[in-house]
Amino acid sequence: MSARSPTVDLGARFGVSPARRRRDRIARATILAAAILALIPLVLIIYYLLKKGLGAWSSDFFTTDPTGNTFFKNSNIGGIKSAILGTIEMVALASAIAIPLGVGVAVWLVEYGKASWFAKVVRFFVDVLTGVPSIVFGLFIYIVLIIGTGSTFAGYKGSLALSLLMLPVVIRSAEVILMLVPGGLRESALALGAPRWKVIFRIVLPTALPGMVTGVLLAVARAAGETAPLLFTAGSPKQTTSDLGAFMNSLPVQIYNDVNSSTTSVVNRAWGAALALVTLILILNLIARLISRRSRLA
Amino acid sequence: MEAASVPGGDRALPARSPLARLPDRALRYGLTVLAALILALIVFFFVRLVGEARPAFSKEGVLGFAFANNWNPGAEHFGALPLVLGTLITSALALLIGVPVAVATALYATELCPRRLRAPLSILVELLAAVPSVVYGLWGIFFLAPKLQPAEQWVADRLSFIPFIGGGTVTIPNYFIAGLVLAIMILPIVSAISREVMATVPADQKEAALGLGATRWEMIRIAVLPYCRSGIVGGAMLGLGRAIGETIAVTILIGDAPKLGHQLFGQGYSLAAVVANEFGEAQGTHRSALFAAGLVLFVLTLLVNGLARALVLRAARRTGQSAAPGMGADGSAIAEVAAGA
Repeated sequence: MSARSPTVDLGARFGVSPARRRRDRIARATILAAAILALIPLVLIIYYLLKKGLGAWSSDFFTTDPTGNTFFKNSNIGGIKSAILGTIEMVALASAIAIPLGVGVAVWLVEYGKASWFAKVVRFFVDVLTGVPSIVFGLFIYIVLIIGTGSTFAGYKGSLALSLLMLPVVIRSAEVILMLVPGGLRESALALGAPRWKVIFRIVLPTALPGMVTGVLLAVARAAGETAPLLFTAGSPKQTTSDLGAFMNSLPVQIYNDVNSSTTSVVNRAWGAALALVTLILILNLIARLISRRSRLA
Repeated sequence: MEAASVPGGDRALPARSPLARLPDRALRYGLTVLAALILALIVFFFVRLVGEARPAFSKEGVLGFAFANNWNPGAEHFGALPLVLGTLITSALALLIGVPVAVATALYATELCPRRLRAPLSILVELLAAVPSVVYGLWGIFFLAPKLQPAEQWVADRLSFIPFIGGGTVTIPNYFIAGLVLAIMILPIVSAISREVMATVPADQKEAALGLGATRWEMIRIAVLPYCRSGIVGGAMLGLGRAIGETIAVTILIGDAPKLGHQLFGQGYSLAAVVANEFGEAQGTHRSALFAAGLVLFVLTLLVNGLARALVLRAARRTGQSAAPGMGADGSAIAEVAAGA
């Protein structure tokens, strides 16, 4: 690589030639500049979200449903109540599905499957699932639950699409944490005569819990921000509903619909909703990081 | 003596009655079935997706669908080449812009940065992964695109002699802005994986380079970069997989012109965007064609991600980081999750 032979450089310890020193300085400055460049979008996004989003927040922004009156400039367009509640409901159901299933598969991989061929196949398929574009999950659910049953959109169908998306994230992160549980713990419990299932439920899972919570929360945060799988599984109604069998609004879908509007006030509502969504996700991320710092395993 | 013949996990339980061992069996088989279910689910979905896409494929032919430059649902023409190319162009732009910045950020964080700044810098870059894609779209179309339009127009005018890149009028949504925002979106994952790989470079190799009188940059070039090459390439490929599958931000930022782009700063379309945009009102063959677009997208990401995993795995194996074979880059899994994998 270097044209100079190392022996010459060794001698130059007290006097690196000006050309090399200059090249070093230029390279380091370039790297520093790139690192700063990487942070600029974050600053700009946060700045703009706060500026535009806080302007849209008002007392009834969170307590009213969006109205359909988006055409005229001064009409009351309403807030984002149904979107917030819809997101919370659907993500909660998705978590209730994906977390037990994901942790179960992770336990199987670590405790039973280990390095068997079948475990390798399962890991491969989980990796495949990780890479599937989120909109394709929406298509899957559409095929099975909407074409397949001849029915329409529903909140629970959106939840199922989100849970498919969360599943690989939960499995992968839980697996990594479960592998960190010291083998000595399992062996001592087994040696004391505890059956395998008790070892898993009383020793392995409690030890791994704080670490697993981190990965789970990150998966929840990811699901909360997804738009594409909800577009044609949950729909985008205006009114609030607690019925998971009905069309259900969500924050990302409402933002997406508002972005396409030509009315300024509707676009401002999108900024307000975006700030609410990012705040929600950042809180989840923050909790995840705090827990992971306190976990002894992660 | 029956206990002795039970293989694997149930060994060493000689004196337990069959009844007491029931929960063990149940858990074991229950979890195995669960794991098998994941496989069955993916295979089932894939088969159904192919089934739904079949009418479009039989109308246009598989090659005709993928390589004909004619997407016109109104006239029942479904040639997805403009969509495939839109996906590839924006993803390539994302790599071109995003990977150098991501690798440099990782280098700065692992090699050059004061120790106290390391963790905050990494966390800040990974925060980019927490921003939902629809918010990137919103920010891109109402802030970034209008701000950059004059600069884009200037470049387009200066480079008008280069086909595709220069010339024409710059529109607000265009290939370039979609690629640029994608580059920002893949930054966290590429830089997280690069950083993980760079952290595995043995300290004595770096010290040896420095001890021989290398400057910091020479040390990076001689000891760090060659060692990390396949890991970085793998990270970039994972970013590519992300960029190809990204839907909403691209839908908002690329416009909706299903014709082969004449210029970089004009409107285009992508596979994911066409599904998001047209699926709502599609019927018959059109809907089937959108399923076919989804299938092409699925296969494309599958190939890219497979290659990426193989590269990251190879890098991890060579550096002895991977404890269990077949695990992917173990160490980076959490970082990957944190970076939104």
